[in-house]
Amino acid sequence: MPERNIAQALNEALDAALAFDDVVLLGEDVGRTGGVFRVSDGLLDKHGALRVIDTPVAESGIIGAAFGMAVAGLRPIAEIQFMGFSYPAYDQIVSHVSRIRNRSRHRFTAPMVVRIPYGAGIGAAEHHSESSEVIYAHTPGLKVVVPSNPYDAKGMLLAAVEDPDPVIFLEPIRLYRAVKGEVPAGDYTVPLGEAAMVAEGSDVTLIGYGAMMREVRASIGALAEQGISAAAVDLRSLAPLDLDLVVGAVEQTGRAVVVQEAPRTGGLASEIAATLQERALYSLRAPVERVTGWDTVVPLRRAEQHYMPSVARIVAAVHRTLA
Amino acid sequence: MSSPAQQPRSILDASGNLVGENPLPLDRIRELYAAMVAGRTYDRKCSAMQRQGRLATYAQFEGQEAAQIGAVAALGTEDWVVGTYRDAAAMWFQGYPWVNLILGRTGDERGGHAPAGVNVLPPSITVGAHMIHAVGIGWAAQIRGESTVAMTFFGDGATSEGDFHEAMNFAGVYKTPTVFVCQNNGWAISMPRERQTASATIAQKADAYGVPGELVDGNDLLAVYAAASEAVARGRRGDGPTLIEALTYRIGPHTTTDDAGRYRSDDAVASWRARDPIERVRRFLEVREAWTAEWQHDLESAEAERVEAAVAQAEALAPLGPAEIFDGMFAAPPPTLLDQRRRAEGQGHA
Repeated sequence: MPERNIAQALNEALDAALAFDDVVLLGEDVGRTGGVFRVSDGLLDKHGALRVIDTPVAESGIIGAAFGMAVAGLRPIAEIQFMGFSYPAYDQIVSHVSRIRNRSRHRFTAPMVVRIPYGAGIGAAEHHSESSEVIYAHTPGLKVVVPSNPYDAKGMLLAAVEDPDPVIFLEPIRLYRAVKGEVPAGDYTVPLGEAAMVAEGSDVTLIGYGAMMREVRASIGALAEQGISAAAVDLRSLAPLDLDLVVGAVEQTGRAVVVQEAPRTGGLASEIAATLQERALYSLRAPVERVTGWDTVVPLRRAEQHYMPSVARIVAAVHRTLA
Repeated sequence: MSSPAQQPRSILDASGNLVGENPLPLDRIRELYAAMVAGRTYDRKCSAMQRQGRLATYAQFEGQEAAQIGAVAALGTEDWVVGTYRDAAAMWFQGYPWVNLILGRTGDERGGHAPAGVNVLPPSITVGAHMIHAVGIGWAAQIRGESTVAMTFFGDGATSEGDFHEAMNFAGVYKTPTVFVCQNNGWAISMPRERQTASATIAQKADAYGVPGELVDGNDLLAVYAAASEAVARGRRGDGPTLIEALTYRIGPHTTTDDAGRYRSDDAVASWRARDPIERVRRFLEVREAWTAEWQHDLESAEAERVEAAVAQAEALAPLGPAEIFDGMFAAPPPTLLDQRRRAEGQGHA
């Protein structure tokens, strides 16, 4: 099986999706340059300018136009260049994309994908490092997913294109080229809404998603060297959350550390901690720990490392659950 | 392409005299007249029902019947209408049933479910975001090689939103088959048109987007129809969008919760009542012996009965239950939502 990084896997998924006449890719610079991260490289030449569309610089317009296309029966894939640029489109996503099925009681739907590269750790300019997933996960009517490896990236993007409802598809910028893995050549899908057990262990369960899975995986090794056996869950789907899998995984070990890059307050880690105390209280042997970004603006390049959850912070949190 | 004229296009003046070339046969004008009467009957009925407490807030469109019926008259059945809470006549004339509109105003999401084959989106409640949807819908037709056109309705206030710019800009760049119909009714709640834009006209804004724009007398059924049919034909043949500014007036308040007396004089309203869009067509027809008081009476009573029947149908429908509020969110509700649905059902009426 060929080895691919996440950017390449996503490119293959887009290529496969565009084989269908009703799929359209649109966004700023997605065509001629292949996207600022080159994820759509080569697709304009292969599939043509009618369906690989370089749009004017207008995020609300991109999402609003994609919404109209979706309502009219196409399956658009809209790209927003960075998560910090998604806010001008927020009204379209929240007021229209997420609601049309309900406000028309299934008469009209928006089967569209909004691809949004997200996250810090590459020393980018201001507004280019956001992890604002919770504002979309909090919005009724949206699915929010994020892969952490090439296999999931391709399979989940193809599943998102097939999905009858709008999917916010987050792409971890930091991992685009940092993670490689085997990716089947043909079409396949990875079901949305399902978390994955990525490691078995007996002492503690680490729960993460997206870019943070690299720190989670590294923490498993660091903990093993200290004789601590860590299980790990990759959430993959942030809305809906696969709470059954998370609760089951925590019941196995009695300890949980939830890792998120996003700011601490009101984040998904908080939602998971709340659910664990509702559903797994008697299995818990220690309070649930959260390792998160801070409630600060993501610092610019020279101080960025003070913000990012690290292996050291995760290991320290695990030690607190074992104390 | 020349800049839009500063004087509105006019075919039928306020007294019902032809001052331009009539684009329609008499029979069709009678149909459109009947549709305007139907719209006004519905509008007044809804206002009355709101005062009786049977509807939630209602936004009247009295005075704008020609702008809505005249524009939609230019569409085919497969074309799309993307409008707002004040565009009931336009939506209805494109096939959206009164019962759907009334359900929406009673506070029931099922009003948004247009019948199959009726390409009318539920009315946009937020101002401005919906115009680009008509761009996307038209664009989809273009991508599929179809000749469908999307028509969007909005007010003068909506042109102040940034979304107006993005919609016009996208439509212009991609030449989407979109007809923008701005019903400039003079008011955005309490703010007059002069406070929305320093442009002499709204139509002239089209110029900046490389899009044809036209100012028409929005109370002139024939002028609105003529402008709309040219715009629809332009979209169908692949020549892109059009912006029509239909100059009209909001005779009523913004909604039934508004008191227009706080910000405008009765004199202004009276002067616009003298330019009524329905009365001038009535006179036009009467002179041609195509209108009688008896026909008028029959029209109004038949339409009142239809609206009554729609109201009865809406009121007979039991409200959504606690489980049903969950059922519109996704094609297949995820386990987290099913769990919440069980909880909502379990709480009963406590």
